[in-house]
Amino acid sequence: MWRIERRHEEFPGTVTLALRREGHLEVPALPGQFNMLYAFGAGEVAISLSGPSAPSSDPLIHTIKSQGFATQALCRLPVGAQLGVRGPFGHGWPMLDGSHRPLVIIAGGLGLAPLRPLIYRFLQGQLPARSLQVFYGARRPQEMLYREELPAWGKSFELVTSVDHADTNWNGHVGVITDPLRVSAVNVKEALVLLCGPEIMMRFCIQVLRHKGVPASSIYLSMERNMKCAIGLCGHCQWGPHLVCRDGPVFCYQDVCKWFQINGL
Amino acid sequence: MESLKLRAEHLEVLIHAIRADGYQLYGPLLDNGAITYGEIGTASDLPQGWTDEQEGGQYRLKRRADKAYFGYAVGPHSWKQYLQLPRRPVWKASNSGGDLQILEIEEAPVKLAFLGVRSCELHGIAIQDRVFSQGNYSNESYTRRRAELFTIALECTTAADTCFCMSMNTGPYVRLPSDLILTEVVNSDTHFLLIRSGSPEGEAILKQLPTEIATKTDLKQAIEAVDQTAQKMRSGPRNFDSSDLKELLYRNYDSPIWDKVAERCLSCANCTMACPTCFCSTVEDSTDLTGTKAERWERWDSCFTADLSHLSGGPVRADTRTQYRQWMTHKLATWYDQFDSSGCVGCGRCITWCPVGIDITEEVQNIRAQEKP
Repeated sequence: MWRIERRHEEFPGTVTLALRREGHLEVPALPGQFNMLYAFGAGEVAISLSGPSAPSSDPLIHTIKSQGFATQALCRLPVGAQLGVRGPFGHGWPMLDGSHRPLVIIAGGLGLAPLRPLIYRFLQGQLPARSLQVFYGARRPQEMLYREELPAWGKSFELVTSVDHADTNWNGHVGVITDPLRVSAVNVKEALVLLCGPEIMMRFCIQVLRHKGVPASSIYLSMERNMKCAIGLCGHCQWGPHLVCRDGPVFCYQDVCKWFQINGL
Repeated sequence: MESLKLRAEHLEVLIHAIRADGYQLYGPLLDNGAITYGEIGTASDLPQGWTDEQEGGQYRLKRRADKAYFGYAVGPHSWKQYLQLPRRPVWKASNSGGDLQILEIEEAPVKLAFLGVRSCELHGIAIQDRVFSQGNYSNESYTRRRAELFTIALECTTAADTCFCMSMNTGPYVRLPSDLILTEVVNSDTHFLLIRSGSPEGEAILKQLPTEIATKTDLKQAIEAVDQTAQKMRSGPRNFDSSDLKELLYRNYDSPIWDKVAERCLSCANCTMACPTCFCSTVEDSTDLTGTKAERWERWDSCFTADLSHLSGGPVRADTRTQYRQWMTHKLATWYDQFDSSGCVGCGRCITWCPVGIDITEEVQNIRAQEKP
C-alpha cells in the first residue's frame, strides 16, 4: 500500500505529496500522465504527476488543490498516512524526437504541475530540446507552485512569470500571461509548445500562438474533464468524440481544434 | 438444412431445458402495467395474449385477439440491467490503525439466459460489448456475466409505432449471432415458433426439444410475419436516412434546435435509463459509522445530471441544452469515433419513456430541416 513519505504545503489549500510503496519497483509514469488517488472513504480523484524529478527515481509526486470532498481529504493526510493509487493512465506529453526543437511551456495556476517532470528532464539534460522557455501565470505571487525552485529555474532557462494580483515584492509581469507571450521571441517555425491551465487561458494563449504563426500541429494541450474510472468505461470525461482519460489528457491542438471551440461540450 | 418448428404448447419444454442446464432465465412478463423483464419459471409467466401501444410519452397494454407469446414490442426495461448492473459493490476497504486494505468483491458466477431478445437488443448488447470488453481495459463484472450469456433471440412480428430499427439497420431480422433464434407464427389455424440454433450450446438445447420439420407454408408464414413488421416501419413517420448522422450532427453543434428541445426536456434522465446502450456510471465511496470500513459502489449515471461533467469550477454541461445535445450527439455521432459503431439501435424506448414525448427521430429531422436554406 502507498504511504505519504513527504508532504509540502505549496500555499494554503495546495499540497505536494511524495508517495512511496514499499517493496515495489514502480512503473515509470510518463510526463503528462495521471494517477487516481483514493482517500479512505472520501473518494478518488485524478491527479497528474508533478514528479519524480528524474525518470529513475521514486517516489511519485502529486500536487493537489483542496477543492472537493476527495481532494480535501487527500490534502489533510499527514506524512505516513496510507492512500490508494491507480495508474498511471492516459497519454502524456509528446516525446521529443532527436530533432532538438526549442520547447515552450505555458502554464496557468495548477497547470504547472503536469509540466514539471519535463522541466526536470530538461534541467538534467535528458530532454532533447535545444532550449526551454516557460511562461507561468498565477493569481497571486503566493499562489505560485514550486516557489523555492523558480529562482534556480530562472537561471537555467527563460522563465517568464505573471500574476493577476501583485504584491509589493513582485517584480514580474502583472496581468494575463498572454501579454508577455505576445511580445516574447518564440521560434515559431520550430518550437514545440505545451499548454496546461484553465481552458479560457489556453484558448487565449492559442490565439496568440496561432497569430504569431505557430502551426496547430506544434501545439499540445492537456485537457481537464471529470475522470471517474480513468479507463474509458464510465463516460464521465467525454469531450465530443474523445474520452479524455483514454485519448488524452494531452492532445495535439491540430486534432482537437474543432472541439476546442465548442462551449459546453 | 431443414428448418425446424416448435409448436407453441412446447415452449414450456424449451424453458425447462434451459433452466435444467443451470441457466437463470429472464424474459418478458407483466409487471406494473407494462411488459418488463424478470425471472421466468414457466411459459405461463410470459405475457401471452398481450400487446402494447406506444407513442411519444405513451405506453398502454392491450389484449390481443390471439394467444401470441411475443406479440408486443420492447418495454421500459432492457437486458443491460442484468449485464451492467444498475448498482453493484466494487470493493471494500478497511483502515485499522492506519493500515489500509482493499478487498475486491468477487461476484458469484452466474449463468444468464435471455428469452425473447429482439434484433435491436442483440445490437444493443454488441454495442455494450465494444464499450466494456473490447478496449484496453474491461468492466470485469460485465465481461464475466456476458461470457456465460445464452440468448434466445426473437424476430419481431410486431413493431410499436415508436420502433425505428429499419432506419438504424438493426432489425427486425436477426442477423447477429444468437444461441437460438425464434420466429413466432400465430393465426387461426396454427401457432408455432420457427426455431434455429446459432451456436453449439444452442444446438444442444435444440436437440432436446420436440421439434418438427417446418413446411414450406410454415416458412412462408414466418417470413411474411417479419416482412410485414419491416414494412410497417418502412412506411411509418419514423423512417429516415441514418447514413450521414455523424456528419449532420458534427455540423450542427450550434443549431437553434437544441434550444427548442431544451424548452421541453425535463433533464429527467429517463431516456438514458431506458436506453439499452447508455453506459455511463459513477461510483459512490462511503464509510460505516466506525470510520474503519469503507465501500465503493458503482451505479448507473446519466449525462442529464450536472454532476456527470462536474469540474472544480462547476459542471461543464450545466444546462439542458448542452445535456440533451451531449446525449443525442453521443448516441448518433460521437459514439462512432469513440467505439466505431452507432450508439442507437432504434428500439424507440427513449421516445416512449420520455415524459414529454421528445422523439429522437423527429429531432434528427428538425435539425436537418433547420439546416436547409
